[in-house]
Amino acid sequence: MKLRVQRLITPQTIALVAVLLFNWLLFPGFFSVEWKDGRLFGSLIDVLNRGAPVAILAIGMTMVIATKGVDLSVGAVMAIAGAVAATGVESGLTVWQAVPLALVAGLLCGLWNGVLVAVLDIQPIIATLVIMVAGRGIAQLITQGFIVTFNDPSLIYIGTGSALGLPMPVLIAVALLILTTLIVRRTALGLLVEAVGVNRSAARFAGISAMSLLILVYVFSGFCAAVAGIIVAADIHGADANNAGLWLELDAILAVVIGGTSLLGGRFSIPMAVLGAMIIQAMNTGILVSGFPPQFNLIVKAGIIIAILVLQSPVASRLFKRA
Amino acid sequence: MNRSLRPLAATAVIFILAYAAAAFQFPTLVSTRVLGNFLTDNAFLGITAVGMTFVILSGGIDLSVGAVIGFTGVFVAVMISWGGYHPAVAFAIALAVSAAFGAAMGAAIHWLKVPSFIVTLAGMFLARGAASVISADSIPINHEIYDWISQAYWKMPGGGRLSMIGGVMVLVFVLGALLAHRTRFGANVYALGGNAHSAELMGVPIGRTTILIYTLSSTLAGLSGIVFSLYTQAGYSLSAVGVELDAIGAVVIGGTLLTGGYGFVAGTFIGVMLMGLVQTYIIFDGTLSSWWTKIVIGVLLFMFILLQRLVFRAQAARA
Repeated sequence: MKLRVQRLITPQTIALVAVLLFNWLLFPGFFSVEWKDGRLFGSLIDVLNRGAPVAILAIGMTMVIATKGVDLSVGAVMAIAGAVAATGVESGLTVWQAVPLALVAGLLCGLWNGVLVAVLDIQPIIATLVIMVAGRGIAQLITQGFIVTFNDPSLIYIGTGSALGLPMPVLIAVALLILTTLIVRRTALGLLVEAVGVNRSAARFAGISAMSLLILVYVFSGFCAAVAGIIVAADIHGADANNAGLWLELDAILAVVIGGTSLLGGRFSIPMAVLGAMIIQAMNTGILVSGFPPQFNLIVKAGIIIAILVLQSPVASRLFKRA
Repeated sequence: MNRSLRPLAATAVIFILAYAAAAFQFPTLVSTRVLGNFLTDNAFLGITAVGMTFVILSGGIDLSVGAVIGFTGVFVAVMISWGGYHPAVAFAIALAVSAAFGAAMGAAIHWLKVPSFIVTLAGMFLARGAASVISADSIPINHEIYDWISQAYWKMPGGGRLSMIGGVMVLVFVLGALLAHRTRFGANVYALGGNAHSAELMGVPIGRTTILIYTLSSTLAGLSGIVFSLYTQAGYSLSAVGVELDAIGAVVIGGTLLTGGYGFVAGTFIGVMLMGLVQTYIIFDGTLSSWWTKIVIGVLLFMFILLQRLVFRAQAARA
């Protein structure tokens, strides 16, 4: 596939470059990357590393939003997966048993959401609200209300280790991005998901099994949330049922929206959503390195959502047409 | 019985059964004392849930209410403790600010044609961010009026105390029910939630109604923030995190249909009481850990969503 330069110039890449340049102006050492102890270090690598969990969530969330749905439960699923992995290794399981167990927990949560949305025909916001509310309770049930800490070196490696000079979370996110994009774009799967998102009954009449596709995207989103949850738990060497992944569902939705995927379903782009996650993280890092209080983070985020909403609205497109 | 009252009746029956089961185990639960604490402890949630009922009746959702509660608390605390204003002045300005905030969100939802979900999400970030920019620390409120209001109560027969803030919640529910079922605005909200397109053809002022709905929800969230600051005697930017979920949960458990157009303010009251009962039962039991609250509320939520689905599917099949 030939990569054309024009295709790389999108509002998202421009925004990311602008945010990075802004960070560089505030903090001149922003672009310096050094090689130490067999891996890369620097603010840019830090943006990639810190942004990886939201990027992974955004990959799953993109598929859900493409079907005109939304998955509010991903933050709570992260907490459940982290709790399962941490409690698993603490009670004597090897990492090869605990991590798959945590992934299965995520898949089950996704399956539950998928069945509620596809089979029982419940609005996605509400269907996924059930696990969003109950999920943290379940995670606390697993950890018995404690913050379970662990010292298993192979589990910690998933969060803080590195390979090929890059931190593990970044590698996992990149692998997931490439794999998902290939599966979705090299097969008809992506097209089918778009068809369901644009018009579910039309897709069904066209012979698409909308029900199993819908279940599949929620299961995939649950899986992505579990991966992100394991990374976050491995990063802090513990599972915090109350705070792991708190509000990350909103960041993930924001990343997908910044990536240009419409909340009304249909056309979607996974790489753009990942780029969106990187823009959010670059902003967070920028606010931190510039010495602004981190409280401004939320206001800046709100400002960006409002700007995107205004730009995407029918009012704005009418104005542009006239101009 | 009127068929449209069935989900409300189901909620009421489940509450009575749950209350009876709990009272069978802990006879002391049946006292006006417990009832009074019920109303006081859930006052801020109940007031918010009334506003949320209107939003959900119109087919929308308001994720910003928890953040508005936090913001109002901080705002009121700053005005009273740092600015030296009289609480009445602070309350009036805080309510005006939250009303304007809600009106802006309603206008954005109507004019920009974006889902209420994403607009109120931005609102949530904005209000939470603004609150923590004003002050990241908890600000105590020491004012004689605050002490007086939070200690004022009406002694119910049986020794229970109906506190002022519990009374405010009951009043908001009564006014909310009148507004929903006895006014033109209420009828417009139902019409909008039933089918926005038909409502527009019927001459319902869509824009005005939408803006008023979110103004109402935010104003009640602001009132709830004031009540919360009376309850805790402080303002803190991170207070009431996740109250929007509790409020949505109470509305759903109260039998209001999430697709809009169907529900009762009285149902929401039972929903709030049922959630309060779950918490009180877990405290009475003593051996159950606090996380069971979340799990039980999640299960209740699921049961009611399922119930609504089955009831309305059966009705659709008959029609």
